[in-house]
Amino acid sequence: MPSLRGMGYFIDSFTVTACVIPRHRLRGDEPPCSIRKPTGQAAMIRYVLSRLTSLAISLIVASLVIFLVVEVAPGDPASYMLGVNARPDTVAALRIELGLDASKPQRYLSWVSGMVTGDFGTSYTYRSPVADMIGDRLWISLPLALYALALSTLIAFPAGIYAASRRGGAGDTAVMGATQLGIAIPNFWFAMLMVLVFAIKLRWFSAGGFPGWERGFWGGIKALTLPAVALALPQAAILARIMRSSLLDMLGEDFIRTARAKGLSRRQALWRHALRNALIPVLTIIGLQFSFLLAGAIIIEQVFFLPGLGRLVFQSISQRDLIVVESVVMLLVFAVITVNFIVDLAYAAVDPRLRTGR
Amino acid sequence: MTLLSVQGLNVAIHGTPILRGVTLDIAPGQIVALTGESGSGKSMTALAVMGLLPQGAVATGRVMLGDADILTTPEPALCAMRGRDMGMVFQEPMTALNPVQCIGDQVAETILVHGKGSRAEARAAAQDMLARAGLPPDRFPLTRYPHELSGGQRQRVVIAMAIALRPHLLIADEPTTALDVTTQAQILDLLKGLVADFGMGLMLITHDLAVVAGIADRIVVMRKGEVVEQGATGDVLRHMRHPYTRMLFDASRHRVSLPPRPAPVPLLELRNVVRDYRVPAKRLFASAGRFRAVDGVSFTLHRGERLGLVGESGCGKSTLTRAILGLEPVQGGEITLDGAPVFSGGRPNLDVRRRMQVVFQDPFGSFNPRHRVARLITEPFHLLDNPPDRDTSVAEALRAVGLSPGDADKYPHQFSGGQRQRIAIARALIIKPDLIVLDEAVSALDVSVRAQVLDLLADLCRSHGLSYLFISHDLSVVRSVTDRVLVMRAGKIVEQGETETVFTAPSHAYTRTLIDAAPVLPDWQDTPDPDPDRSLANA
Repeated sequence: MPSLRGMGYFIDSFTVTACVIPRHRLRGDEPPCSIRKPTGQAAMIRYVLSRLTSLAISLIVASLVIFLVVEVAPGDPASYMLGVNARPDTVAALRIELGLDASKPQRYLSWVSGMVTGDFGTSYTYRSPVADMIGDRLWISLPLALYALALSTLIAFPAGIYAASRRGGAGDTAVMGATQLGIAIPNFWFAMLMVLVFAIKLRWFSAGGFPGWERGFWGGIKALTLPAVALALPQAAILARIMRSSLLDMLGEDFIRTARAKGLSRRQALWRHALRNALIPVLTIIGLQFSFLLAGAIIIEQVFFLPGLGRLVFQSISQRDLIVVESVVMLLVFAVITVNFIVDLAYAAVDPRLRTGR
Repeated sequence: MTLLSVQGLNVAIHGTPILRGVTLDIAPGQIVALTGESGSGKSMTALAVMGLLPQGAVATGRVMLGDADILTTPEPALCAMRGRDMGMVFQEPMTALNPVQCIGDQVAETILVHGKGSRAEARAAAQDMLARAGLPPDRFPLTRYPHELSGGQRQRVVIAMAIALRPHLLIADEPTTALDVTTQAQILDLLKGLVADFGMGLMLITHDLAVVAGIADRIVVMRKGEVVEQGATGDVLRHMRHPYTRMLFDASRHRVSLPPRPAPVPLLELRNVVRDYRVPAKRLFASAGRFRAVDGVSFTLHRGERLGLVGESGCGKSTLTRAILGLEPVQGGEITLDGAPVFSGGRPNLDVRRRMQVVFQDPFGSFNPRHRVARLITEPFHLLDNPPDRDTSVAEALRAVGLSPGDADKYPHQFSGGQRQRIAIARALIIKPDLIVLDEAVSALDVSVRAQVLDLLADLCRSHGLSYLFISHDLSVVRSVTDRVLVMRAGKIVEQGETETVFTAPSHAYTRTLIDAAPVLPDWQDTPDPDPDRSLANA
């Protein structure tokens, strides 16, 4: 754990809790040296397989939980779709059409096998395929999340490294103050401020909406820029703090002293030895942030009138369109678990000790 | 000709004086040992010579390496000197290497950072240096990562890194303290050979006087930031002009007087104990492997007996300790205390657990820093159904370990290392256990404090009729505080017997290796000076 250095580091402490597991694994007790570790490719394949297995198990458990929760939710979708005055035989016919009359295990299996083949069912409210609805939204939400994540990383890495290399100096204080502000300011308010300045005053960007990718790549990017900045800023502030505290931790390690004794300057020791070791907690946070950005952008989508996933979920919940909710949630779970899998692979790329199954 | 000349070096950190007027010289090809207890300023002297003093440190005086005064040399020039003119080896080999970089790159970096060759040349030179340091490329390719090496092997990598550019001065700060005796002997040999081959000056920092006596040309004894005595090794050891030097040597050789043993009545009995760990399989889809950490261990500890357990790291000492304490199940055999199993029906037997206590090595890490002493030492009370009166027990236990009952309201940070170890012993004593397991309990202490704690143990044997299992890697300590000793290697007890017999006439080859590798303090005080000119010439 990065140590707490006073109350100003409060944010670090709460975000860093997420990094406990990998850091702990790295610092575990040395096994007796006579235990021979499997090395090389077999160990790497084993590592990937074990991560893949846990990915598959997580997906199965998640799909079961989501299905059961939606099952116990009150209300019959068929009668909801047809309204309170519908005739019972019409409702029954619709139930059969929607496949609601089958047994629960059967319905679970057909839901899962449908998803695997890309058939997510039909929206209760709009009577259109759920897959198409989600697909349209995903074309906005996914680029937006990636864009925001790229911005956040591009801001956080230099800021965190700069602050750590000038620890206690004016530059460090300035960066830390800025991150404090970035965390404290609500991003919707910041978004509105940007609309006022860049859309209404300067007219560099439009105030909201999305023209669609078919109208050109740069047009789409331009429409997503203000929302991405609004999303990225608080994330960048958190990430910069993690980067800084993780680097400072590493700079206190013995191997940095060894590097300095070899003749490396403070700067060289930071870039060549501390940085890569400091990446593990940073990668953890990046993974968590991506998942959040994908689904948690609803307020920003609202401010900029973007038809993204967040708004789709919100609308579906208020319209009891449970099949859409079910599918979007499953998709998000899939995204989160996949991102975690990629983060796990990134850990192994960064740290050779994880490749040997430690 | 002097290589390094430190003159009147003062260092203060944020106004607190750390070093006061330290003066010493090192000539090429000479081994100068800095010795003294913790806080004496040995490491700070080394860091000042490297120009690596911590932030906030202010140094005055002169540290001349050749023609350059380290204290006035600007940082970029110092970076150019470090690694090229002076190299340093550190105490903790497990953490001194970058865990995510292979060893070849780390050694080659010393050459590359000074621009002394192309990448290919640096790698070739790194390979040569690693081979010189005892890691031949056929067995230890450059692509190995630090976690694939043992502590001794890692220390060889650190040494290869420090000598890659053949610096004039090598500083080794407790280079063997974290290593086993046999490894220690090899590393000391390596350092000695390098000094002879390269004509380097070696500043060897160590608290272990036996090591000093065996290797150093000159000794510098430090206390509280000052040099109290220095001179040629034989001269210093023979005359010991300063009382502190004499005290250090006496404490290192301290022998306690144990009370006689009562008639043997078995207390702790182990029969064919086996402890296996699962390890990842070597090949894909192979079944998981097994590592036998404790392999068919049998012994008996009698009531009132002091039993020693020695062995090198990884031999299974700690695993065996955890099994005896009932902290982990065993895969075979039986462990009983007074006939009752310590682990029964898949869970530790509380009736037995309350009759055993343990004292660990680290007097800093084994206490919750936010609890007061009274709460810390009454922790074992939760094992009892009817705990005795708290205040009287606390006062009694504190008095027994030489502290005052008034200390009960203090926090652990208010005590020194030795006092904390006394508190740990008080915590073990408070429920009057039948058996105490001392797991490297004095290994982290300075020699003078260690002598006091060992005396305390002997006193407790007299007053409380203590039975203990004393686990240590330090043979001289085990020899002085145990009646019988077990020698453990690779999970097996290879030899056991009366302590004096085992030490004077070891029957197993491994025991002999261990005893031979352990440095001993010579008894030079009583022998006449063989060559009085030598010490003068060296001085």
